[in-house]
Amino acid sequence: MNSTDTYHTSGLHGLMAEFDDPEKLVAAAEATRDAGYSKMNCYSPYPIEGAWEAMGHKSPMSKLVLLGGVTGCLLGFSFITWTQVIDYPWNIGGRPTFSWPSFIPPIFETTIMFAGLTAAIGMFLVNGLPRPYHPVFNVPAFIRASKDRYFLVIEASDSNFDQTATRSFLQGLEPLEVNDVEE
Amino acid sequence: MTLRDVDVHNRENLGKPDFIAQDEDPGSITETISGVIFGKTYLWWITAMGLSFGLLSIGMVGFVWLLAKGVGVWGIQVPNAWGFAIVNFVWWIGIGHAGTLISAILLLMRQEWRTSINRFAEAMTLFAVACAGLFPVFHTGRPWLAYWMLPLPNTMRVWPQFRSPLIWDVFAVSTYATISLVFWYVGLVPDLAALRDRAKTLLSRRIYGIAALGWRGAADHWHNYEKAYLLLAGLSTPLVLSVHSVISFDFAVSQLPGWHATIFPPYFVAGAVYAGFAMVLTLMIPLRAIFNLHAYITERHLENMGKVMLVTGLIVGWGYATELFMAWYSGNIFERFMMYNRIFGPYWMAYWGLILCNILVPQIMWSKRCRTNAFWLFFASQFVNVGMWLERYVIVITSLTRDFLVGSWGTYHGTIWDWAVYLGTFGLFLSLIFLFIRILPALSMTELKMISPEGKKTGH
Repeated sequence: MNSTDTYHTSGLHGLMAEFDDPEKLVAAAEATRDAGYSKMNCYSPYPIEGAWEAMGHKSPMSKLVLLGGVTGCLLGFSFITWTQVIDYPWNIGGRPTFSWPSFIPPIFETTIMFAGLTAAIGMFLVNGLPRPYHPVFNVPAFIRASKDRYFLVIEASDSNFDQTATRSFLQGLEPLEVNDVEE
Repeated sequence: MTLRDVDVHNRENLGKPDFIAQDEDPGSITETISGVIFGKTYLWWITAMGLSFGLLSIGMVGFVWLLAKGVGVWGIQVPNAWGFAIVNFVWWIGIGHAGTLISAILLLMRQEWRTSINRFAEAMTLFAVACAGLFPVFHTGRPWLAYWMLPLPNTMRVWPQFRSPLIWDVFAVSTYATISLVFWYVGLVPDLAALRDRAKTLLSRRIYGIAALGWRGAADHWHNYEKAYLLLAGLSTPLVLSVHSVISFDFAVSQLPGWHATIFPPYFVAGAVYAGFAMVLTLMIPLRAIFNLHAYITERHLENMGKVMLVTGLIVGWGYATELFMAWYSGNIFERFMMYNRIFGPYWMAYWGLILCNILVPQIMWSKRCRTNAFWLFFASQFVNVGMWLERYVIVITSLTRDFLVGSWGTYHGTIWDWAVYLGTFGLFLSLIFLFIRILPALSMTELKMISPEGKKTGH
């Protein structure tokens, strides 16, 4: 953990600043972005809109879920039509086999089923979860990220990352503490 | 729009007391709610769990007897082949609907007060749907063949009849159960991560850790999470309306007097929400007292639930009035007889009981003193729980036992085995509820943190 003098970045995931106030985290994230860092992340016990806005993060969820819903709708329609009209048509009092209005309720349900599962499973996959191990968990203080503390990590893979300079930059943001994050 | 917009919208312009005590901060919220889980097991919990499991055991005996002897042990007999199984199915599904309403529709309508009760209500939905699902499956008489309801390739080459409301029902209820489960789980993951970090033993840390999927609260993850959560809420809203509409089609698409009515979908949905809020209050009021959660479940929560009950109860009353009017206005002798038979026929007690329970007693909710008083809310809720069961009983039984042809009339009474499995589902429901409040956070820590004063600071 203690490597302020030696200039090595191998085995180092990044530097982590700890805050006790969500406003400080957002301010720090904005300052970090303005200082030219791009590979950073914020960690908080609940969603903070300003944090991902500072990071310029775009979420693909809306498009994914639309895709899931359209897939569910088309699959439902084609499957039901295939079973009722093509594979095994029933003649019930001479009524038309392609009675599509009566297919609407089950097609609606398949649409919702596919869209909903895409939203849930897709969200975890897009986030790279499940992932039991992550370097940020190596910092003992990080245990409070799920409780009442707010963390900012500048990653060592950032082209502007310099262990000494970045550390003093983070210190300037008035955090409670700055820690090394080991790989 | 984000979750936060939804949650903070009201507080700025309403100037009303908050839905959370103002001295709560993210730390105290985490400690209080995870304290319930990591604290000691109380004697009352063991007693309550034991009693619930006892009830469940009665149901298991009932189901085993049913499997050994066939569905004849229930009171069902032509012309009344539906009986308790369908009454209980509709009743339980309806109870579940309040959970989805609270978690999804109130979220989209920016009702901040849902935050303290949504997790619990969602759990209630899941458990109620589990109870509901047992009835049609066992009603088939051969539950091991229940998968025949699904469109699976088979050696007979036939497919389910997709024009039948009964197959719509299979799709609606299975989609509802699945989406409710993932919605609940997505909401739970950040809280499971908090429990993982608070766990005292290695085993519980491992179990909560696996369930939390390695959630670490990164900002980009939260962004995707909020989008997904809102989208799930948006999807659940039409879903919940469709589920009870489809269930009402089981009745309304038939030709039977008393069932063949266009009022059924909205009237069923309102009845479902009505029964569901009554059940939320039935469970929430004792829970709030036992765990001392007055800081999170305030009088305003209770009052709002009372208001929802009052409004949905009036819609249900409108439904009854419409049924009466249409029976007369149709000029159809079978429709007119159906209504006369409901009110003065052999099941008159059930009809007047439902009027008492669903229409008369809940009118006490007009009084603000009753709406803000836990005792009177609990009192009215018990009447609604019973009344909504009676409503389904009256709809199913009076129409089936006396249809068009006097020669095919019959009578119906639930047998002891009908009651055994009904009680058994109460046992299943309560056992799941007690397990849930013991091992999972019954209030959403994440969302409570967002509406706490500290969380509000970054609200906009």
